[in-house]
Amino acid sequence: MDFRYILLMRHEILLLVVALIILMVDLFTSGEKKTYLIKFSLVLFALSMLIGFLPVKPGVLFGGAFQGNALTDLFKDILNMAVLIVFLQSDGYLKKAENAEKIGEFFVLIILTLLGMDFMVSSGDFLTFFVGLETASIPIAGLVAFDRYKSRSAEAGVKLILLSAISSGVLLFGISLIYGATGSIYFSDVAKNITASPLIILGFIFFVSGMGFKISLVPFHLWTADVYEGAPMNVTAYLSVVSKGAAAFILTIILYKVFKNVTELWETALYALAVLTMTVGNLFALRQDNIKRFMAFSSIAQAGFILVGIMGTGSLGMTSVVYFILIYVFTNLGAFGVASAISNASGVETISGYNGLYSTNPKLSLVMMLALFSLAGIPPIAGFFGKFFLFTSAGSKGYFILILIAVLNATVSLYYYLMVVKAMFINKNNHPIPYFRSSNFMRLSLLLCVVGMFFIGFAGDIFEYIMSVSHLLF
Amino acid sequence: MNFLSLFVLVPVLTITGILFTRDLKGARLVSAVGMGIQLLLAVFLVLYYLSIRGAGNLHEMVLTADYSWYPSLNIHYFVGVDGIAVAMIALTAIVIFAGVFASWQMEFLSREFFISLILLATGVFGFFISLDLFTMFLFYELAVIPMYLLIGIWGSGPKEASAMKLTLMLMGGSALLLVGILGIYFNSAPNGGAYTFNILQIAKIHMPIAAQRFFFPLTFVGFGVLAALFPLHTWSPSGHASAPTAVSMLHAGVLMKLGAYGCFRVAIYLMPQAATQLAWIFIILTSISVVYGALGAIMQKDLKFINAYSSVSHVGLILFALLMLNKISMDGAILQMISHGLVTALFFALIGMIYGRTHTRDIREMGGLMKVMPFLAVTYMIAGFASLGLPGFSGFVAEMTIFVGAFQHSDLFHRVASVIVVSSIVITAVYILRVVGKILLGPIKNEAHLHLKDATWSEKLSTITLVIAVVGIGILPLWLSDTILNSLHPIMERLTAYLH
Repeated sequence: MDFRYILLMRHEILLLVVALIILMVDLFTSGEKKTYLIKFSLVLFALSMLIGFLPVKPGVLFGGAFQGNALTDLFKDILNMAVLIVFLQSDGYLKKAENAEKIGEFFVLIILTLLGMDFMVSSGDFLTFFVGLETASIPIAGLVAFDRYKSRSAEAGVKLILLSAISSGVLLFGISLIYGATGSIYFSDVAKNITASPLIILGFIFFVSGMGFKISLVPFHLWTADVYEGAPMNVTAYLSVVSKGAAAFILTIILYKVFKNVTELWETALYALAVLTMTVGNLFALRQDNIKRFMAFSSIAQAGFILVGIMGTGSLGMTSVVYFILIYVFTNLGAFGVASAISNASGVETISGYNGLYSTNPKLSLVMMLALFSLAGIPPIAGFFGKFFLFTSAGSKGYFILILIAVLNATVSLYYYLMVVKAMFINKNNHPIPYFRSSNFMRLSLLLCVVGMFFIGFAGDIFEYIMSVSHLLF
Repeated sequence: MNFLSLFVLVPVLTITGILFTRDLKGARLVSAVGMGIQLLLAVFLVLYYLSIRGAGNLHEMVLTADYSWYPSLNIHYFVGVDGIAVAMIALTAIVIFAGVFASWQMEFLSREFFISLILLATGVFGFFISLDLFTMFLFYELAVIPMYLLIGIWGSGPKEASAMKLTLMLMGGSALLLVGILGIYFNSAPNGGAYTFNILQIAKIHMPIAAQRFFFPLTFVGFGVLAALFPLHTWSPSGHASAPTAVSMLHAGVLMKLGAYGCFRVAIYLMPQAATQLAWIFIILTSISVVYGALGAIMQKDLKFINAYSSVSHVGLILFALLMLNKISMDGAILQMISHGLVTALFFALIGMIYGRTHTRDIREMGGLMKVMPFLAVTYMIAGFASLGLPGFSGFVAEMTIFVGAFQHSDLFHRVASVIVVSSIVITAVYILRVVGKILLGPIKNEAHLHLKDATWSEKLSTITLVIAVVGIGILPLWLSDTILNSLHPIMERLTAYLH
């Protein structure tokens, strides 16, 4: 076997090895020792993440089915970092008595979905793409239903698996139509033969609908709020960041590479989807009180902004999307981290429950405020830069009306982000959530998020690096 | 290290310093020292600037520094100043210095208050030194957002609603502005080459007229919201009335000028052709601002509302003067920015101090304050006289110049608009004299007011700083005017190319 295989697929192989080791170790530990599994898994995963950073020459495997290049490597590293932060934040949740038996499963399931996503990110044909997507989807349903004795969690799990199956069917149907019209499943061959024929258009519609479900674009978003609400907080964080980020990334790649010759076709569709997604996501977020539902609609709106960036096409579009997702990882996980810490300590998961939080837990409130401002795109926090470049990308193609709609939406979103800030800083509360000290892992993860939110925007080099690796694609 | 960058660095260091303090005493001391240094830097900058110009440096911008930030998008951290920017920086430094002393007794969450206040100032300083649209926009938004917390946490009255209204309207404005800036960027290289955010480079090219027509209104309205352009002024009265003293000072005194400055530096300077074609729309709107604001001030009973409406009127006058698009009126506009900035800051400082004693801002419940607090009363009168344009104070110089400029236009439209706007002077005199008469003169209306104390040392320091500046400009307007006129050359050249 060629050594090159191992190097190119190092992310995937490492994840598989880590998952198997955790599974084995989990088998041979019991009772009190189970909590050590958290530290063990964290260290193991962190190691595999560090090895993933090693630079490797780009290459193609299995006749083009698997592609490894600097951009996919970078994106896998971003996903790894995100998962590491999610793991750090899960510490408190996993230490609860009712979860003690499931610690190993939690890590294994998340790593396995990540494995699927890594394959999806690297896919060079529709088959690898689809298998990766499915590998990622099925463990997620298990994760969502992780609180198996809570009916909401179980309900969310069932809802997700059913709808996910339907959307996969739709997606697969779209792929098969495209295959029928072009005679190939390889991205490069499809790209050559693609025309705006009715069959392709039909296939494209099914394809985008299927993907729209995964990224929760409006009107395929109806599952999002319910599933986010039912799932454990850390799984919700994972869903909203990693799962969505990977799907958005691969959608961008496929649109840019496969549907390159029918750009007008998908631009029209994306334009409408972007406007719908931003507007509906924002309008629904206005009325939420449950923090998870709130973040669900907020993340729908953010997906709309990503679509605006995709409209730019070319390396600028690619860069702005990857850069935004990178920032989004730190931002959204920062917000979810705080929400998760509060939920673990006091069980409060409503925005009105946050009233007066600043008087008792000033640091958590500040982190939450930073994260929300970053989501709203307020300088000098990284979210501002992310959003600005998404809009710049759309501007490069002259979509100024779309940008106008997007920035007005961003203003609306500021309202509901400020409502949370208001709850924490301004609203009076006679019985605010009492002071608590979150676990060291949680504090570390929040520190990482804050550093990321402050640092990424100012470091122009990161943007330039993504730009340089995106250039290689075109 | 570029000298101008100190104007951003010092506030940032001050904020860092406040983080290490424990209570009000520490926080205000660090803030006072930091903003004192900032004021000294500003004085030094003015002298330095004059000496550079005196030595014959004729570049449009001086003290420039250029660092590449996002090379692939040609985004730079590019700073530099001309006479106008220098004047605005000096104004900001004076007002924030006075603002710190006006907040000397801020007991509630004092560290957070000073941090937010100085963060706001950081944004303003950064805005005035920037010559790159991206950096400029970044600082602009940085200046807007602390306002929400400042009003929402430390404000009075319906503070939460006012804060939300103000923030959303200003961010809505900046949303329009973002589109405008991107539009300028993508039209900055009509003959090929790299796009740029650099104001000086964009000023050298001629943007396609179709693009100018589309993006000029977006940019002008985007900045205009901050300058309380009618009908987008509604955030101003409620916001100013609810804000704590120092925030009202900074907001009415400096931030609204920031909007006007943006209209001038970005909208008119970069898109002169559209400015000449579309000025009439905004002349109508600003004329309404001027008269409506003044009439609004007459109808109000609350001191802060009176001054908020008065600010709508006066800043409307600034925009009106800018839109006259000639050198004299623009000179007047800039003078008015400085003058009104100082006078309004003084007003709001005094109102805060009076309110702190009487616990009311309703003018019907006050009277004869001259007898119990002569220092505050006299300063209030000075502010009033400067505001209504009495000779010897800054207001007179500015308004006079504006109207001389406005009457250079001989066509009917401009004449009618000018006459309407001039009429606001009379209204201004009415509402200011009415307030002075009611609350300062006459018998003391309220027994409880008999034992009120006059200004403390920190309040005196705060107001005297502003009074000195107001009177100084009134007595010696020429050097300021000269500095501004010199800096107006480049924009006038661009405008005259289209006007004649």
